[in-house]
Amino acid sequence: MSAPATARPLAVGRVAGAGRLRAYAPWIAAALVLAALPHVIRTPVAVPVMNQMGIAIVFALSYNMLLGQGGMLSFGHAVYFGLGGFIAAHALNLAGRGGLYLPVPLVPLVGGLGGLLCAVVFGSFSTTRAGTVFAMISLGVGELMAASSLIFDRFFGGEEGITTNRAKAPLLFGLSFTRDREVYYLIAFWVLVAAAAMYAFSRTPIGRMANAVRDNPERAEFVGYSQRWVRYVSFCAAGLFAGIGGGLFAINYEILTAENMGLTASGAVLLMTYIGGIGSFVGPVLGAVVFTFLQSMLSDYTGIWLLYLGVLFLATVLFVPAGLAGLLMLHAPAWRARRLAGLIGPYLVAAAVALVAAAGIVGLLEMVHFVASAETTRATKRLFGISVAPRTLTPWLGFAALAVAGALGLRWAGPRAAAAFAEASRPDGRR
Amino acid sequence: MTPAIALVDVHKAFGATPIIRGVNLEIEPGTRQALIGPNGAGKSTLFNLMTGKYPVSSGRIRLKGEDVTGRRPYEINRRGLSRSFQVTNIFPWLSVFENVRCGVLWSLGYRYSFWHRVDNARDVQARTEAVLEQLNLAGRRHVPAGVLSYAEQRALEIGITIAGGADVILLDEPTSGMSRSETEHVVQLIREVTAGKTLLMVEHDMGVVFDLADRIAVLVYGEVIAHDTPERIRASAAVQEAYLGVPQPAA
Repeated sequence: MSAPATARPLAVGRVAGAGRLRAYAPWIAAALVLAALPHVIRTPVAVPVMNQMGIAIVFALSYNMLLGQGGMLSFGHAVYFGLGGFIAAHALNLAGRGGLYLPVPLVPLVGGLGGLLCAVVFGSFSTTRAGTVFAMISLGVGELMAASSLIFDRFFGGEEGITTNRAKAPLLFGLSFTRDREVYYLIAFWVLVAAAAMYAFSRTPIGRMANAVRDNPERAEFVGYSQRWVRYVSFCAAGLFAGIGGGLFAINYEILTAENMGLTASGAVLLMTYIGGIGSFVGPVLGAVVFTFLQSMLSDYTGIWLLYLGVLFLATVLFVPAGLAGLLMLHAPAWRARRLAGLIGPYLVAAAVALVAAAGIVGLLEMVHFVASAETTRATKRLFGISVAPRTLTPWLGFAALAVAGALGLRWAGPRAAAAFAEASRPDGRR
Repeated sequence: MTPAIALVDVHKAFGATPIIRGVNLEIEPGTRQALIGPNGAGKSTLFNLMTGKYPVSSGRIRLKGEDVTGRRPYEINRRGLSRSFQVTNIFPWLSVFENVRCGVLWSLGYRYSFWHRVDNARDVQARTEAVLEQLNLAGRRHVPAGVLSYAEQRALEIGITIAGGADVILLDEPTSGMSRSETEHVVQLIREVTAGKTLLMVEHDMGVVFDLADRIAVLVYGEVIAHDTPERIRASAAVQEAYLGVPQPAA
């Protein structure tokens, strides 16, 4: 009891200005990082991938307003992303024909309003209940929109989707957005604005009560709040920001198809948010970055990249339910005690043997894929920079040996890393 | 004087089973009263009817003169009635501070606002701090409520209930499962936080009941068989009969 009592006057006595600076520091740092990134990473694929990441960050953060903040598991959040995107694309086309003064930088706002409008309509009945009922309705709405995309041909553009051209829109400050890098800075600006707004939302009365309703809807009703209305407002806000993400998508890719609001897209945002961690604000950001990176990098190397993402998701659910962010947060005590350095060695050893195991398993999976896919007539396949012949026994034995050796090594190194972690996290004075 | 709570011929049946069988009860404002009765008498059910958790089967419920029959729990709470629960009912993942703040927000007019920042709302901070001090939980403010000790959770339960400044307080077995010293502490807390307010509490500990209550209502098999001062309730033959387990004639 004595420790918190002494800590309190310190916290209260802190200069208000310093506290404010501390609150804004992460945002200033994020803005600087976003501004510097295209100058630091200069490979040609970097900017398109980072654009994709930015869009995914907005989308995943909006999804976590439902799942992490409000306890609503949605299987159809891409509906609001996609509809926002379609509405933004149509608005951009209208602006290109001169029917509307809408410069490109404001298009995400139109997407956001579109997403908000759809959330106002669909949320009115889907947020009446939480839990399974909410999840089922979100699935139903997703299917409904998938069916509608085939029916309302003019709006959704059928199977080809809707194309648009950002170069035709009226200019604002002479910005034409013909170069990738200009689009990058536009997306970066909106990522920052949307993320800051979503964070601010989480610190408002309704944002705090969303947490309360997630924890205990009944009790929230007995302190004056309708659980249904709290969920509805959160849902509408999530729709708004998903729509902003959709608007960014329309600007970046200049095309929207029904796929963008389909089940796969809804599943992807669930996966990336969960992998990143639903328990903290930065979790979905990490998840979006990692997911997009793997998606764009792995798909260049292997045809079964979706399988790897699925395995990553399963591993997260089973072993790290708090996600990447939760995993990092676990190290806060060790960091405060300045004992992180002691963890580097054991972690590197564990990571090395885990990589050996992963290499073995990946090798086996890739060979199974090679043998099982009918199209291949070749006898060899390049794996990890070497040429292997999946129709002979040797590589199977080799990769199996790697997998087994890695697994055995992990049984040795894993507990040691865990012990090192426990030692580093130990509170002071409790030897 | 308008009663704080008035129940008029309230019935409640679950399916074919009648639980509350015609309760008439008036609670005078500014009094501390206890609702006692054997297990299964319907005390918690009566609380759930008064607070809007369950709809009544028939009858009317008035809060400070206003008919609140059929109102939702949050509507009744906004009219100045707040309750605690028999089984601890808190926000387990939120910090102790946030738990109390949840009880404060609506009453200070923040409603569903997304244009205020809670960290800048001085009135909210001040009220939350004051309640934490009263609960003796100020030192535990950052702890997730789910990891508090049982007695601390029970205190927090009361804290959330009274944080909004409701003038009609319903406490459902606030001292259940507590040691003697913890009970004394809670009784003192209840006395403090309900000063000048109307209190109705369900309680099994007769020491607590006779210590706190100005009047006692006795509920047996869904009917109020007595509603009087502690001395007369203690002397009542009907009440003693009920507590000795002699079955009541069916109504």
